[in-house]
Amino acid sequence: MTSPLSASPADARPIDINAWIGAYPFREVPHPDPDVLVRVLDREGFSGAWVGHLPGAFHRDPEPSNRALYAAVAPYRAVLHPAPIVRPDWPQWERTLATAKSEGAPAVRVYPAQCGMGPGHSGLAELMLACGESGIALHITVRFEDLRQRHAMDSAGDVPAATLRALARLSGSRGHLVVAGAGRELLEETHWGLTPDEQARVWYDFGWIWGPPEDHFEHLVRTVGAARLAWSSWWPLRLAQQARALVDLLPQPLRDRTPDSAFADGRSIALSALTAASS
Amino acid sequence: MTLSDSASTVASAPLGGDAPLIDPHAHFHTPYSNRIDWQRYNASRLEAGDRIGVRCHVASVLGSWGATSPTYFSSPDDQTRANDWMFDFAELHGSRVRAFVAVNPNFTTHALAEIERGVLRGAIGVKLAAARRADDPLVDDIASLAAQHGMPVLQHIWQHRRRDWPNQDASDGVDLARIAARHPRTTFLLAHIGGGGDWAHTFPAVRDYPNIVMDLSGSGIDRGMIDEALRWVGAERVLWAADLTLCTGLTKLRALQHTGASAADIEAMRWRNAVRIFPRGAFAAVLPEIAPL
Repeated sequence: MTSPLSASPADARPIDINAWIGAYPFREVPHPDPDVLVRVLDREGFSGAWVGHLPGAFHRDPEPSNRALYAAVAPYRAVLHPAPIVRPDWPQWERTLATAKSEGAPAVRVYPAQCGMGPGHSGLAELMLACGESGIALHITVRFEDLRQRHAMDSAGDVPAATLRALARLSGSRGHLVVAGAGRELLEETHWGLTPDEQARVWYDFGWIWGPPEDHFEHLVRTVGAARLAWSSWWPLRLAQQARALVDLLPQPLRDRTPDSAFADGRSIALSALTAASS
Repeated sequence: MTLSDSASTVASAPLGGDAPLIDPHAHFHTPYSNRIDWQRYNASRLEAGDRIGVRCHVASVLGSWGATSPTYFSSPDDQTRANDWMFDFAELHGSRVRAFVAVNPNFTTHALAEIERGVLRGAIGVKLAAARRADDPLVDDIASLAAQHGMPVLQHIWQHRRRDWPNQDASDGVDLARIAARHPRTTFLLAHIGGGGDWAHTFPAVRDYPNIVMDLSGSGIDRGMIDEALRWVGAERVLWAADLTLCTGLTKLRALQHTGASAADIEAMRWRNAVRIFPRGAFAAVLPEIAPL
């Protein structure tokens, strides 16, 4: 299988750490198909993406979802890197993780809110530790939509910072945690609740952080640092242009000294996870 | 603040393209709010607007933004002070900033007087927040007066209000449609379809009311939102805008070209619709290449 690190090595554009294929249960999303995603990524300046299977986030059994994901991205493996689901409260989850490893997945996704797993859940901790040993990042989606628009049946809520801190604080962990959908408050509550060593193993997509005039993104680039902030598209749920818009709107002096490569992406995080596991 | 405090030093091509761009849904903060960084906030808005290519911010101030009366239920004194500040700010910035006159319909006499005062001070629209439902009879006189002056009413909208939300008597598209039916000569600018709630509910609710136009502002950047807006009401009734998040504004601006909208449609959403719904000549100074207006 194609390594996430060897994918299009001549293409230095960032690898998106948060995209999906497939339908969303609470509203129509236009053509969420892998061939469309490939075109959008190229158009918006991404060399690839970590891709999940959106319907599976709301299913009980992740296995059919994962099979569908592997099959769907197979023709596009140079660009689309599968990020399958692992439920650590589901029998044989270790095999699911092993399959992800053998399929070349740079990350696996867990949905604590949708699975009813709160902060300190032992299964989450076991999964985080196992991912660290496997050189695979653990990817958590804080939310799918703005709270104000959610369907009445979408009652899972957001993943709290306590869940993220608990995972990042695991003793002896080599796990790499990637958080999608955090706003400034959740991000800071997590980041500043960790030791420097723990901080260094957590990344946040920055698509939900506000730019001007609140300038939360600028603030976080200056305080938390660009290296903790990762490129994402949020396709097919959100417009894929947001990450680029935020970077483009940084104050020019800050932008001048913060090239695109200063931010994290799927390539840099995957490399870090593999390096940590082999050390 | 002086002009030089906030003047952009950026000379490169606008991030949102060279074509004219008007933001008909902007806000500024004042020394009377709780924000100690109000000057930084305002400067950031103007600077980011310059970089995106916004030629004019049409802006309002909602009372004291909660400092001495609630943001969506501003007291008459707070609103008068806020409007004064807004008129002064617009005057200071010339064509770069134009003012809405914001009013609280619960104080009808005050609200109507503020509108008249606003017209004299150069206001080009009326801003209604959420102190009363949009279809409340108290809004009727305000809607009539706006029409007399040829000014649109920018109405704060919660997209599909399924329940009461804290700190506001929010209206949704259905509420706005009712008053639009009563006042066909008044243009209502439905605020921020990306500003929270379910935008899919709004479009069919307002489709049959041609005097309702919608702005794209808000933090929401759902895929499909702009496409569906265009499908339901057409580009002539959609205006690009930013409200509180210029970053999502830039994202939506860049996304317009991928919606299937024609060049003429995009032009309409960027500025032509604003020229049509605001008083004649309101943007003449920032659209020198467009004549006559």
